[in-house]
Amino acid sequence: MSTVAIAGQFDAAAQRAKTTPWRAVLDALVIMERILIGYTRIPEAVFFSSVQPIMFVLLFRYVFGGAIHVTDIPGGYVNFLMPGIFVQTVCFGSVQTSIGLAEDLQKGIIERFRSLPMARSAVLAGRTLADLVRNVLVVAIITGVGYAVGFRIHSVPGFFAGVALLLLFAYCLSWGFAVIGLSAPNSETAQVMAFPVLFPLTFAAGTFVPVSSMPGWLQGFATYQPVSETVAAARALMVGGPAEAADHVVWMLGWCVGLLVVLEPLAVRRYRTRT
Amino acid sequence: MANAIEATDLVKTFKGGVRALEGVSLNVEEGTVFGLLGPNGAGKTTAVRILTTILRPDSGSARVLGHDVVHEAAAVRSCIGLAGQYAAVDENLTGRENIRMIGQLTHLTRKAATARADELLERFELTDAANRPLKTYSGGMRRRLDLATALVDRPPVLFLDEPTTGLDPYSRVAMWGVIEELAAAGSTVLLTTQYLEEADRLADRLVVVDHGRVIAEGTSEELKASLGATVLDLNMGDDVRAKQALDVLTGRWPREPVLAGTTVELQLDGGARTVTEALGLLDEADLIPTTLAMREPSLDDVFLALTGHGAEAEEKEAVT
Repeated sequence: MSTVAIAGQFDAAAQRAKTTPWRAVLDALVIMERILIGYTRIPEAVFFSSVQPIMFVLLFRYVFGGAIHVTDIPGGYVNFLMPGIFVQTVCFGSVQTSIGLAEDLQKGIIERFRSLPMARSAVLAGRTLADLVRNVLVVAIITGVGYAVGFRIHSVPGFFAGVALLLLFAYCLSWGFAVIGLSAPNSETAQVMAFPVLFPLTFAAGTFVPVSSMPGWLQGFATYQPVSETVAAARALMVGGPAEAADHVVWMLGWCVGLLVVLEPLAVRRYRTRT
Repeated sequence: MANAIEATDLVKTFKGGVRALEGVSLNVEEGTVFGLLGPNGAGKTTAVRILTTILRPDSGSARVLGHDVVHEAAAVRSCIGLAGQYAAVDENLTGRENIRMIGQLTHLTRKAATARADELLERFELTDAANRPLKTYSGGMRRRLDLATALVDRPPVLFLDEPTTGLDPYSRVAMWGVIEELAAAGSTVLLTTQYLEEADRLADRLVVVDHGRVIAEGTSEELKASLGATVLDLNMGDDVRAKQALDVLTGRWPREPVLAGTTVELQLDGGARTVTEALGLLDEADLIPTTLAMREPSLDDVFLALTGHGAEAEEKEAVT
């Protein structure tokens, strides 16, 4: 039986699934499954990746929050804060895309993928999809924590619309972090390379404090940059307030299209040329 | 028989001007084991990466089962299996999950991939570890799993890049057994190795590569024969008698005997007749060897003669 088990006639054709246009999608799902199984095998990593945003919630709610004044948001600062925390969390989570890809390159598993008859796009699409799934989980946890510290939503459909938008944004952004991961020599460096991009984007924004409290020269950037637009759109949808949700949603969707159009081909090109 | 792998003048230069391949050509007959022998940095891995469509050559061309590795890469990918020296498997997945994943990516159905995984795990004696994450596997187990993974869709052509590097002697011999079995079942195997013993034992034909060039080609017998004939080692027991024996035997055959310590080494161009003559001459001079042995020149001798630097030269393989 052993010889039969290892080689023998080339009979795989009979067992192969039919080749369909869905092939690329199915391949991406296989890669996504691989990464999600990986997350369940290191529960510590998942645990600590949700501890950090919980710390941010508590820190801003109880330590800094008292010093930050928002007047026009129903429910006060906690309602101002939580949409920002959601967006910040999914943005920070995108770093995982960089680290994971850099690690795969380092360990040689991408070499093996390149030698397989699978869709070329699946390695990147599967990775970004897995990180999307992880983001859904983390957002659910943070919502629970938020509720415990006084966060109240304006309407349920509004809340879910807000979540959908910020997940979409995070998905588009993760292609950018894929580019970083594919450019880094190793996973440690990938992480270090990601933060200089991440910090200005998430903090020089209307995430934790109103942009109006920032110096004039910073306000322009802080108002219109993609994270701010996403936070503003999510905030308007989730908790209401004076901001017109529609304006920010349009801006934010514009950013998403822009990011995807630029970053996706860039990531695919890096993937093709990186050896 | 047709060639399963044909490569013509492969050239590859990496960024920074590292010339990994400087025109490598090789032909591998279907159903044979072909050895690519060379020290670290010789270009073996680069050649494998080109033949498995991972890298594009700067110039030259290659075909696997008639499919061009650059222009028909997809067709090549569906008929090859690759097991690398870095055991490219996912640390966090279990053995079964790893094989199933690669099975699905070679487009077996999930059901077929799972069944195949169980079959391979059993064959490679990994059934007990099937549901454990790879993190807990030993080096030898990982290598076995890596090879099992490469066999998931029964590829007719296999590339094994240094399959035994870093393995303990027991695992190495077990790996050789598997490779011999694959060959017996009709697979075409291209094997890279730095171990002369391994190439000698497994490969039907082999090329020796050094600094990106093929420096010798043939069966291991041919390569050894090109170096010289069988050697007769006559151990005389002490230096004085060895010197006397050398004098007695000098000047009688085209190849002169050489002295190595207390041993006189004589190349046997004339075969068994030379042995009889030599022993007769020593008997007349009352010089009876304490021990005598005949040996074939080893591939190590071949390598040293061809490259001038032995097989163990340490150089970093060009990897980017």
